[in-house]
Amino acid sequence: MAGGKKKADGRSGGRAVKEHFSDGPPDRPTALRVIGKAHRKVDAVAKVTGATKFADDLALPRMLYAKLLRSPHPHARIVSIDTSQATALYGVKAVLVGKDLPIPFGILPVSQDEHTLCVDSVRFIGDPVVAVAATTEEAATAALDLIAVTYEPLRAIGSPEDALAHPEPRIHDYGDSGNLHKLINLEFGDVEEGFAEAAVIREDLFFFEGNTHLPMEQHAALAEWSADGKLTLWSSTQTPHYVHRALAKVLELPASRIRVIATPNGGGFGGKSDPFNHEIAVAKLAMLTGRPVKITLTREEVFYCHRGRHPTLMAVKTGVTRDGAITAMHFRSLLDGGAYGSYGVASTYYTGALQTVTYPIKRYKFQGARAFTNKPPCGPKRGHGTPQPRFALEVHLDKIAEELGLDPAELRLKHLQPPDSLTANYLRVGSMGLGECIRKVTAGSGWRDKFKRLPHGKGVGLACSSYLSGAGLPIYWNHMPHSGVQLKCDRSGGVTVFCGSTDIGQGSDSILAYITAEVLGIDPFDIRIVTADTDLTPVDLGSYSSRVTLMSGNAALQAAERAREVILPHAARKLDVPMTRIVFADGRVFDVEEPDRGMSFAEAVQVAESVVGTVGTVGSYTPPKSPGRYRGAGVGPSPAYSYSACVAEVDVDSATGIVRVPKIWIAHDVGRCINAATAIGQVEGSVYMGLGEALMEEMTYRENRQVVHKFPSLLEYKSPTTLEMCDVVTYIVEDPDPNGPYGAKEVGQGPLLPVMPAVANAVYDAVGVRVDEVPITPEKVLKALRHKQKGDAPRYGPNAFPEIPWPEPTRVPPPWEGGDGKARDQAATLAGGVREERQH
Amino acid sequence: MPDAKVSISFTLNAEPCEVSFAPHKTLLEVLREDLGLTGTKHGCELGECGTCTVLLDDHAVLSCLVLGQACAGRTVRTVEGMAGAALHPLQTAFADLGAAQCGYCTPAFLLTAQALLEHNPKPSRDEIKHALAGNLCRCTGYIKIYEAVELAAAWMRGEKAEPSREALYGRR
Repeated sequence: MAGGKKKADGRSGGRAVKEHFSDGPPDRPTALRVIGKAHRKVDAVAKVTGATKFADDLALPRMLYAKLLRSPHPHARIVSIDTSQATALYGVKAVLVGKDLPIPFGILPVSQDEHTLCVDSVRFIGDPVVAVAATTEEAATAALDLIAVTYEPLRAIGSPEDALAHPEPRIHDYGDSGNLHKLINLEFGDVEEGFAEAAVIREDLFFFEGNTHLPMEQHAALAEWSADGKLTLWSSTQTPHYVHRALAKVLELPASRIRVIATPNGGGFGGKSDPFNHEIAVAKLAMLTGRPVKITLTREEVFYCHRGRHPTLMAVKTGVTRDGAITAMHFRSLLDGGAYGSYGVASTYYTGALQTVTYPIKRYKFQGARAFTNKPPCGPKRGHGTPQPRFALEVHLDKIAEELGLDPAELRLKHLQPPDSLTANYLRVGSMGLGECIRKVTAGSGWRDKFKRLPHGKGVGLACSSYLSGAGLPIYWNHMPHSGVQLKCDRSGGVTVFCGSTDIGQGSDSILAYITAEVLGIDPFDIRIVTADTDLTPVDLGSYSSRVTLMSGNAALQAAERAREVILPHAARKLDVPMTRIVFADGRVFDVEEPDRGMSFAEAVQVAESVVGTVGTVGSYTPPKSPGRYRGAGVGPSPAYSYSACVAEVDVDSATGIVRVPKIWIAHDVGRCINAATAIGQVEGSVYMGLGEALMEEMTYRENRQVVHKFPSLLEYKSPTTLEMCDVVTYIVEDPDPNGPYGAKEVGQGPLLPVMPAVANAVYDAVGVRVDEVPITPEKVLKALRHKQKGDAPRYGPNAFPEIPWPEPTRVPPPWEGGDGKARDQAATLAGGVREERQH
Repeated sequence: MPDAKVSISFTLNAEPCEVSFAPHKTLLEVLREDLGLTGTKHGCELGECGTCTVLLDDHAVLSCLVLGQACAGRTVRTVEGMAGAALHPLQTAFADLGAAQCGYCTPAFLLTAQALLEHNPKPSRDEIKHALAGNLCRCTGYIKIYEAVELAAAWMRGEKAEPSREALYGRR
């Protein structure tokens, strides 16, 4: 069989989409055969037959059901808890309270501020206080009603402004001051000097309302404790490695005795990235009862888990030259963090990190603050901390373009961050396809004929963005790889890839298969994938920060190339062909010049195994070191940045304020598609989620302190249905990045970012009012229109940014001012430190 | 003490089925807990998200809002009954186009689409949107789902249809 033979019809089996799979011509065996084509996902058939087992689909013999009693108070001291009646209820097997698990945990080492169950005080409505395990869900629920908790209510903090005004009572006994969790002040060059060079200086205020992930699958976890002292937890988590660490810490068990298996996630979007109290509670309940214990959160409880988008108030001041070059930018953000730390410190840094990677900013100052409030904790949602500032920046630029009399597309095209460059805050940009993205969407949408030219009520808006392909630094300090792969080549020809990565629907399992298949010349659907099991798979840090394709992809690439190196010399010797002429393709290992001279892949493995023994390899990936060396430089670096540009078309009804979005054109620089079909799916899904954030999604609160969730339900939390979703035209731009596997960069989060500002800019083009706040609801549009009618500023949005007690700035000279990535004072301190050491 | 169980007979995925369960249980709970058919999912158990959709007497219903007892003598179809030796055309199209990302809402979309195509073999894009408007999906933005329903409908009408190049590769 020669290379390149067409595959049979793929419709009925688990094959790739037919005829797109194997169109690599036989005379070009070195061309990519798998990468870049459109394939089914390796788990597609399981998904469409309902065979995929999600966490709540699991059941074990003698399994108990757990329920959590949650706080009805936003902020209160726990005076007493009486569980005696609940414990006595028929069917109840165990009851847990906070003092049973006194060790705190949290995703970031700097904010270990959560307990499995509240110990001394509750911090938001929904904070869990008691856990019950019973033989039935009904009994567990009934037991909750029999628990008496006495609370002493404390003043609740409802907003960051409230937190600034009221440092007491403190929600936590740590943080930068009072109820301010984190304060950041970074300055890259003298911005005042930069403003002095500017021809135009513009200042704007923006507000981005909080919203939540709303995965269709509610969080669920099942724990099993074996008589030999081993714990297994199955959970719908995006980060089994971090859950593993949290369990070991809180339960005081050796990590080697704990196994965490991440079940396929029924949607995550960042909402399943923290270790959660319900996961630890069922583990402890299993240990206490010796029986498996499962919990499935109700939809209401999922709203309380939250970890969604931080509500963020932003002030941006930019100086530009007449042609739009940015001489200086001062960006301030104030984040409403909710009741716990979660990823919040990183989120706060992220509101200031990626402004610099799209357009050159000569001098840049960022001040960010995160407040604790008595509401469900905010955390990472798709785009993590960057959609808010991107919204602000792209609307702000639209206003600047108008002030300068420049077309917003031209303004951006004139000032693109160059490829292979360093930014003011020491982010290393590699490949950069934003220009091509802008050209695609403006040409495709007919921008030139539409912008400022459509009838009143219709408009178009443009916005751009960039996102990380994985965070450059791990969450906890260590020098180990971020992703590892083990690869087993069996004498049957079967290949198994083991990796800790977690498939949350984005297709990360499939990426491992395509890359391994490409290198070893086998069918991706013949490869077995074992992932997200801390007992079986090497560590991958998790499905967050759009890191998995790049990092686990590189690890798989290394492992597969090593397997090829192991097999190749032995196959070459057997075939009596020089090694340089050996090709792995179409399930065979053969002579490129004489394709009939070859053997099956299985035979090649057997030849190698006969000489070297069992054929297995490993691969791992560690991101390149970032040039930034200042405190705070850990957030923002990435091996590669993706780029997106978006044009939105809107219809605005001036009578009702209702905004409809009929169509969005989006271009995304993905570096290179690994699977074209799933890349398109990620872009369309991002546009969808961005549209929801632009028009309707909001996590809002009521009552006098604004701390009671307004509508913890899927019906009342408005998200786009098929009737609101727009048409999407997707352009894929491939600007391969040397750090990505086959040049691939991320695609799961970046394309969400430009949607909100593009819609906001389009609303302005349609009816001449600025809504500097998302979601852009009808009442905000109407208010802005009324302001315009009355002759006031034609705008709806925030009008003030509060005074914040910023710390002294960390001053880091940018690279073009002779900076070396260190803070100025830090350099002096380091030198001092060295001197001091020498004296000893 | 738990309630005494009730027993019903009904047709499940074209086979006779007898099952006993606590009388308050919904069809969703009976399918998942008493019959072990976990292909039917849940997102709210309040009739808000469409994730638990099954076919009851050929109509798409929310199984979280139907009492198990109300199904006595009736016909229920779930995702487990869709494929025979080969996948149902809707399943093939969903797999080929990536209309299932996380796959959690997928069984419900498949069954809702199946009910639509059984009543209307050639739906317009708008008719598809309206038929699926009660099902939420957070991953796909629905577009690949529409395209998959259209592709499957064409196959079911006996037409030779292919996914469009743009659907699989976007524009370049």
